[in-house]
Amino acid sequence: MSRWTRGGALLAAASAAVLIAGCGSSGGPASSSSGGGGATAGLTPPQAGTAVPSSVGKTEGHLNLIAWEGYAQPQWVKPFQQATGCQVSTKYAGSSSEMVSLMANGGGGQYDLVSASGDADLRLIYGGDVKPININLIPSWKQFHPFLQSPPFNTIGGKHYGVSYEFGPNVLLYSKKTFPTAPTTWGVLYDKKYSGQITVPDNPIQIADAALYLSRTKPSLGITDPYELTQPQFTAAVNLLKQEHPLIKKYWALASQEISLFQSGTTVVGAAWPYQTNTLVAAGAKVADTIPSQGATGWADTWMLATKAPDPNCAYKWMQWVTTPKIQAQQAVYFGETPANQLACPIMNTIQKGSCAAYHANAPESYFQTIKFWKTPLAQCGNGKNDCVPFQQWVTAWTQIVG
Amino acid sequence: MASTTAQQGGPAPGRPAAGTPGGAPSGGPSARVSAALWRRAWLRATLTLSPPLAWFLVIYLASLVVMLVTAFWTVNPFTNTLVHSWTLANFRQLFTSTYLTIIGRTIGMAALVTVTDAVLAFPFGYYMARVASHRGRQLLFTAVLLPLWASYIARVYAWIVILQKGGTLSWFFTKIGLGAVNIGYTNTAMWLVFSYIWLPFMIVPVYGALERIPDSLLEASGDLGARNWRTVRSVLLPLALPGVVAGSIFTFSLTLGDFITPLLVGGANSNFIGNVIYTNLGTAGNLPFAAALAVVPIVIMVFYLLGARALGAFESV
Repeated sequence: MSRWTRGGALLAAASAAVLIAGCGSSGGPASSSSGGGGATAGLTPPQAGTAVPSSVGKTEGHLNLIAWEGYAQPQWVKPFQQATGCQVSTKYAGSSSEMVSLMANGGGGQYDLVSASGDADLRLIYGGDVKPININLIPSWKQFHPFLQSPPFNTIGGKHYGVSYEFGPNVLLYSKKTFPTAPTTWGVLYDKKYSGQITVPDNPIQIADAALYLSRTKPSLGITDPYELTQPQFTAAVNLLKQEHPLIKKYWALASQEISLFQSGTTVVGAAWPYQTNTLVAAGAKVADTIPSQGATGWADTWMLATKAPDPNCAYKWMQWVTTPKIQAQQAVYFGETPANQLACPIMNTIQKGSCAAYHANAPESYFQTIKFWKTPLAQCGNGKNDCVPFQQWVTAWTQIVG
Repeated sequence: MASTTAQQGGPAPGRPAAGTPGGAPSGGPSARVSAALWRRAWLRATLTLSPPLAWFLVIYLASLVVMLVTAFWTVNPFTNTLVHSWTLANFRQLFTSTYLTIIGRTIGMAALVTVTDAVLAFPFGYYMARVASHRGRQLLFTAVLLPLWASYIARVYAWIVILQKGGTLSWFFTKIGLGAVNIGYTNTAMWLVFSYIWLPFMIVPVYGALERIPDSLLEASGDLGARNWRTVRSVLLPLALPGVVAGSIFTFSLTLGDFITPLLVGGANSNFIGNVIYTNLGTAGNLPFAAALAVVPIVIMVFYLLGARALGAFESV
């Protein structure tokens, strides 16, 4: 999703991203890639049968990445280049959809890897744009949190379409002045009591947050997965968000906006990332975050290998490199997210004191089980009936909610 | 370019009589080219004008046409690739209440900002053009144009600091005993920021129009017994109108196409056409619908410009 917003640190860069994204390329029509259209797509990924290498061969000397801004920083790219001789070129994408467009036709023989988020993964896998990897060639994978070793958003039928990278939860951020004790329900976001003092992200995937809340508060709807919603469930979630609309002060698009909203006291409760909480707390604001009893949504990124990757050996070297504890820690602290590798925790603390706990990198497995990670809403949703609401309708509905 | 070079390189084409076919006296190829061009004005014009014209056609118009064509396609909801099958669905979707509200809000704000800027710019332009000393005029001009030296983003962020809760405006209002105000992240905030940001684009043409009005007309009006207000209404305003309309083209079209100010200072009900286009491109990857939406401001501006021409905006500015 609009991930350039997550960096948040550089206003100027973000603004530039807005401008650039505004006139972004059409991605080239190309030939409509294999896999077919939404509802009719087969349930087997087109590349499922592709053989995986048994060892990493001679490196090609270069590597082309599609990444989120902040995912290819010199502090870990330069040592990588020295160690492997693979010269890294990076194309930054502004959104998940831009990543999907860039990866059309298997990366077009141009790109090797993409740092896709969960909401793009299934589109890439079922579009045939990424192919399975031999996960055993990436030894650090065994050090990952168990839930990120073979998560459903990047592993299908036992085949890994990439290696997990970093993740984070979408938390409930609140002012300690208004809430002396942490709120235990997302219901505060729908409470008229806080009218005009609520902020949530300007992002269609927010519908999943409403669905998650409804899955616990209205069991009669029968929501089991907030990303797999039938029409009545979807309508219920959208209606909840429409009721919430008059209470919202601002749908934030940049992390920095939410930070200033809380700093000035304009808003007292909202949906946020841990990054905002940590920045606000560091600035002395009386705020905290929590994961309410209904659980939370979250994002998790995966480095995925393009079907037509021209430099597969350098790509494997990169996946090995960025999953090591040290790089995992550097990335986590730089971006404000949680590493997949459990051994990164102590290194995070050497980079920035207390950062491991701040980003919950040492939390018990039960904590992570409360997070429902983003995945692309598809028409076919596991019940074999193809009656779920696909992502494009999420976007349309979101415009109606916000508009 | 080619023609100018040839002319400079060859002999001065002073004697057309010598120019019998093939018989150019100095004989060099560049001279012959030069002579040929001199004799054929249409060829000279074609060569001079074709590079910019080609640029205009290929880069500017062709991209618009491509966009217009895209608006009739759809996108595969799953793989985000374009599906080249013709449909009016995108345009039909525009006429649903959600998008009509957004279009209406955008046009309404553009109109409001234009009126605000016109009302502010008229007395300001009048003072600059007809009252201020030469030096004062220079100072005012600098003051008007000074904000344009700073980046758009920086100025919008400055307004966030001013308008947000506990911001400068609220502090000032509390100081003078009016109580705290909190208009940050509202459409009012958006209106203020837009009016501020585009004001110079209105002042300059209005000033230009007012400055050109001869004093004698105003004196004549007075001699015929018109009071001040009557002179303003019957002489000054009609003569300055083309300037106001020219300025309004800027303020209206700039507001119409903006999406950063709504994003940064707008509230929960501040989506503009541009924001929806951005969401459809950046988040949804729905290029065809974004293209269909982008046609809306173009159509609005076509009508606006036709109206402006009827009011004489393009005659004297």
